[in-house]
Amino acid sequence: MAKILKMVAQRLALGFLTLFVVSLIIFLGVELLPGDLAEAILGQAATPETVAAFRREVGLDLPPHTRYLDWLGGMLQGDFGRSLANQREISGLIGVRFANTLFLAATAAVIAVPLAVSLGVLAALYRNTLFDRAINVVTLTAISFPEFFVGYILILFLAVQANIFPSISNVSADLGFWEHVYRVMLPALTLTLVVVAHMMRMTRAAIINLLASPYIEMAMLKGISRSRIIIHHALPNALAPIINVIVINLAYLVVGVVVVEVVFAYPGLGQYFVDSVIKRDFPVVQACCLIFAATYILLNLTADVLSILSNPRLMHPK
Amino acid sequence: MERFWKLLKSAPPTAIFGLLVIALYVFVALFAPVLAPYGESEIVGPEFLPRGEEGFILGTDNLGRDMLTRLIYGARNTIGIAFVTTCLAFLIGGVFGLVATTLGGWVDQLLGRMVDVLMAIPTLIFALLILTITGTSIPVLIVVIAVLDSTRVFRLARAVSMNIVVLDFVEAARLRGEGTWWIITREILPNSLPPLVAEFGLRFCFVFLFISALSFLGLGIKPPLADWASMVRDMRTLISFADPTPLLPAGAIALLTVGVNFVVDWFLHKTSGIRDEK
Amino acid sequence: MRELNEYQQMLAAGKLTRRRFMQLATALGASTALATSMAGSALAATPKKGGTLRLGIGHGSTTDSLDPGTFENLYMQTVGGAVYNKLTEVAASGDIVPELAESWDVTPDAATWTFKLRQGVEFHNGKTMDSGDVIASINHHLGEDSKSAAKAILDPIAEVTADGKDTVVFKLKTGNADFPFILSDYHVAILPAKDGKLDPMSGVGNGGYMVESYEPGVRTALKRHPNYWKSDRAHFDGAEVLAILDVAARTNALTTGEIDAMDRVDLKTAHLLKRNRNIRIEEVSGTQHYTFAMRTDTDPFTDNHVRLALKYAIDREALVKTILRGHGVVGNDHPIGRSNRFHADDLEQRQYDPDKAKFHLKEAGLSSLKVDLSAADAAFPGAVDAAVLYKEHAAKAGIDINVVREPNDGYWSNVWLKKPWCAVYWGGRPTEDWMFSTAYAAGVPWNDTYWTHERFNQVLVQARAELDEAKRRQMYFELQKIVSDEGGVVVPMFANYVMGISTKLQHDKLGANWSMDGFRAIERWWFA
Repeated sequence: MAKILKMVAQRLALGFLTLFVVSLIIFLGVELLPGDLAEAILGQAATPETVAAFRREVGLDLPPHTRYLDWLGGMLQGDFGRSLANQREISGLIGVRFANTLFLAATAAVIAVPLAVSLGVLAALYRNTLFDRAINVVTLTAISFPEFFVGYILILFLAVQANIFPSISNVSADLGFWEHVYRVMLPALTLTLVVVAHMMRMTRAAIINLLASPYIEMAMLKGISRSRIIIHHALPNALAPIINVIVINLAYLVVGVVVVEVVFAYPGLGQYFVDSVIKRDFPVVQACCLIFAATYILLNLTADVLSILSNPRLMHPK
Repeated sequence: MERFWKLLKSAPPTAIFGLLVIALYVFVALFAPVLAPYGESEIVGPEFLPRGEEGFILGTDNLGRDMLTRLIYGARNTIGIAFVTTCLAFLIGGVFGLVATTLGGWVDQLLGRMVDVLMAIPTLIFALLILTITGTSIPVLIVVIAVLDSTRVFRLARAVSMNIVVLDFVEAARLRGEGTWWIITREILPNSLPPLVAEFGLRFCFVFLFISALSFLGLGIKPPLADWASMVRDMRTLISFADPTPLLPAGAIALLTVGVNFVVDWFLHKTSGIRDEK
Repeated sequence: MRELNEYQQMLAAGKLTRRRFMQLATALGASTALATSMAGSALAATPKKGGTLRLGIGHGSTTDSLDPGTFENLYMQTVGGAVYNKLTEVAASGDIVPELAESWDVTPDAATWTFKLRQGVEFHNGKTMDSGDVIASINHHLGEDSKSAAKAILDPIAEVTADGKDTVVFKLKTGNADFPFILSDYHVAILPAKDGKLDPMSGVGNGGYMVESYEPGVRTALKRHPNYWKSDRAHFDGAEVLAILDVAARTNALTTGEIDAMDRVDLKTAHLLKRNRNIRIEEVSGTQHYTFAMRTDTDPFTDNHVRLALKYAIDREALVKTILRGHGVVGNDHPIGRSNRFHADDLEQRQYDPDKAKFHLKEAGLSSLKVDLSAADAAFPGAVDAAVLYKEHAAKAGIDINVVREPNDGYWSNVWLKKPWCAVYWGGRPTEDWMFSTAYAAGVPWNDTYWTHERFNQVLVQARAELDEAKRRQMYFELQKIVSDEGGVVVPMFANYVMGISTKLQHDKLGANWSMDGFRAIERWWFA
């Protein structure tokens, strides 16, 4: 156990270092973007005078390193700063958006993970049958279409024609839990179709891989039923790779869903990020990036810890 | 040749189907100018002709360009770009991955941390940022996606070769005093190839899905160059009216992805030695 | 004009018969046609109260704010149209009518304008509007530290002073007969002042709706201002304005009834949307136009023959048909639209004529021409396609146009005003002077053709201060001709504002000055 704690501490320390480097890279990236906030916001209405006034007001006339250090100083005290574009507190804006993103990711995960794992187990159980192949083809086809296409198709059938779900996910904080779930159903289903194939295939492969190992063969010789072998003997030992692939997909559900947000007009963090990049609102870009990166690092850490916990050999090294 | 036929015969029907699909696509891509009835961005008739009218088998698009021609050239552009990108990603990721394991020590640590940083930034967002800085052109698009994708390849290559590096024959080569490059190319690479090749198939498919996402956000391939993802995007409003036209390019992408994955599955199966009795 | 409007309101309220209205209107000098149409709209329009309007707007960004000085997209402009009032308003007819100002007077040199304010107008926070609020609202856009996008258009103001609590006097640097139009601009909203300063982010105005909740780039919830001073406006109990950037998502939401109206209909599928019995497609032809601006200070565009050759080498009809799918009208190489008061109807329409193009090329001493044309869809939707078509047309005149696809992002800062020839979008301006002074007068920042024409600039200044309509008309006709024949701009088309509206919604004649009924849909429309 102490070993795990030590590893977690080490990884967290490394994580902070990674976050710092990420923030530096993103800052440089935003600095390199052609044009700046003033020009982006004023657009066609930019005159040299107003641009200069804009820059003065939001502090864009200061040298880059000053701005970065100011931002870093605030960050270390837990202050995300204010959006340059509309002077609002970033923490407040991001909080709502991030909660929305997490809600959508959670809804999609609740549907997708059990579905993928059970399909994977079933496919392994009945491998090379028609069922196995059909599942394989269907899930592969689902990930072969661009995300937005899958989204529009679902809208066509479930919203426009059948009128079961709303076509846009117009959510706000005052909605009840189930109403919220109802409104994010279509984007959640879209994401489910996008992530299921990967997880399902990995589950199947991991289990099949184990079927060749001696202890399973032993169990088979003993005459234990196939389904019992797979669920009681193979699955627990295949957990590590399965957890890994689930975590990778969870990370994707949190950080990679800009396109789905656009299709369903869902106010998640991704759209906020894209807007801020376009307007060069660097404190917001930074804040979003750090949240994404932190999510990624934490999820990976969780995966590693879970793999160790699920593997007795790693838990009790000789 | 004979071995090849034997191999083909032993292939399951899905793999043969996959191979046929790939062969067809490659053929279309290579001979696009011969196969296509018109030029890639040539305006040949009135816009938005329905299928089958005035001799345009699939109708015309919003500028009056022939749909069939656009689809055929789309194969060339889409597959070409995805292929080059994936190759580049494997070159970068593979070389660094193998170098990291072979040299070990601080090189491994440094490369590993760099990849961690790159992976911690969401790919789509990072690509968006870089493409906005550099402007979208095909070469930039290829390099950016390849670099971002190479992080995954690096991880895999490192993981696979890690298991090989500790094996006796590599140790033996080291003791013989062989150079790093020799060890990588002669000992490690051949032995870690199968999983890498399998990954190649999947990565290849992800690349054009990724390009399609970028196109959707306005940063991918631009007109008048024909590519399937942009074609789907341009016609997306038709989907709400149950018009099947956008299915053509979307289906073209899907068919190729399924085909490639079938072949990859078969390949994995052949090389991994998993006994798949019954 | 004001009396006429009052009569119209009386007619609508049943205080006048139609016959009596016609008599009064014609006595006031209105044409029979105008009087008939006014009577018609007054009688047809029996707005009902109630309901919540849900709008889907194809713009909006998380970086938006409620400060009217920063309004830059259709989303905030539409919200602003409901939350804020201005001193004046452009009516659906295109005329300028009083809003927060009750009336105005002008000195004969058109340089001093005195606005009498409406009394007892209440802000959302309960404060009563007075001259101090107006002056602070104007000053918000002026001064060195102003980052307002309206700074340039208000620049002609030399001084603004109060004359008592309900009168404001504007002294202009030079005479401007169209000054009341400028005060109707969506930036120039009137907000309550505290100690002579605004709190621009507060969202407090004196429009028909108050901001209940505001999430930039996502949603704005509005509810009716209970003490709104207009009795014949703001019929909905509330409104929800959603930013739905993706056009397919917007269309889906309208089809499934999740929104009642959307702007910027996808022109490719407008005919399919029209088949839906619950949806009307509404369009108005206004001042919105697309241009290809040549820098006349850069070779080869310094030669007017080259410019003319390029103007003859484009098939405008084909562009309207293909790029606008018929939802627009051809342009005549000047920026004045047909809905403008002084549009030069008698100016001959320039046609696609490769031979004339060749002739002018020869006059310029060239046998062939190769030029770069920069375009991106940020310039206007379909700009790249339009450029590709232009290339095809020009090829027949021996002109080789190389279409350079520029990135969308940063188009206005890196391409526009920089590249020698590029595609440009103009939302248009309600008056001729405003349009010309913004982009055609010598030396102004947005003169994207870098064009200097002595006669043009001379007449422009004269026309600006001229209060006699007939004389102004003549002058603006001349200006349009000069731009068309000698300017550096190709204006192939004027694009309609195309909106999709639920059949449950009703409205009067739509304003053509901006999209969404002159940005006033929320205040002007009602549920049938």
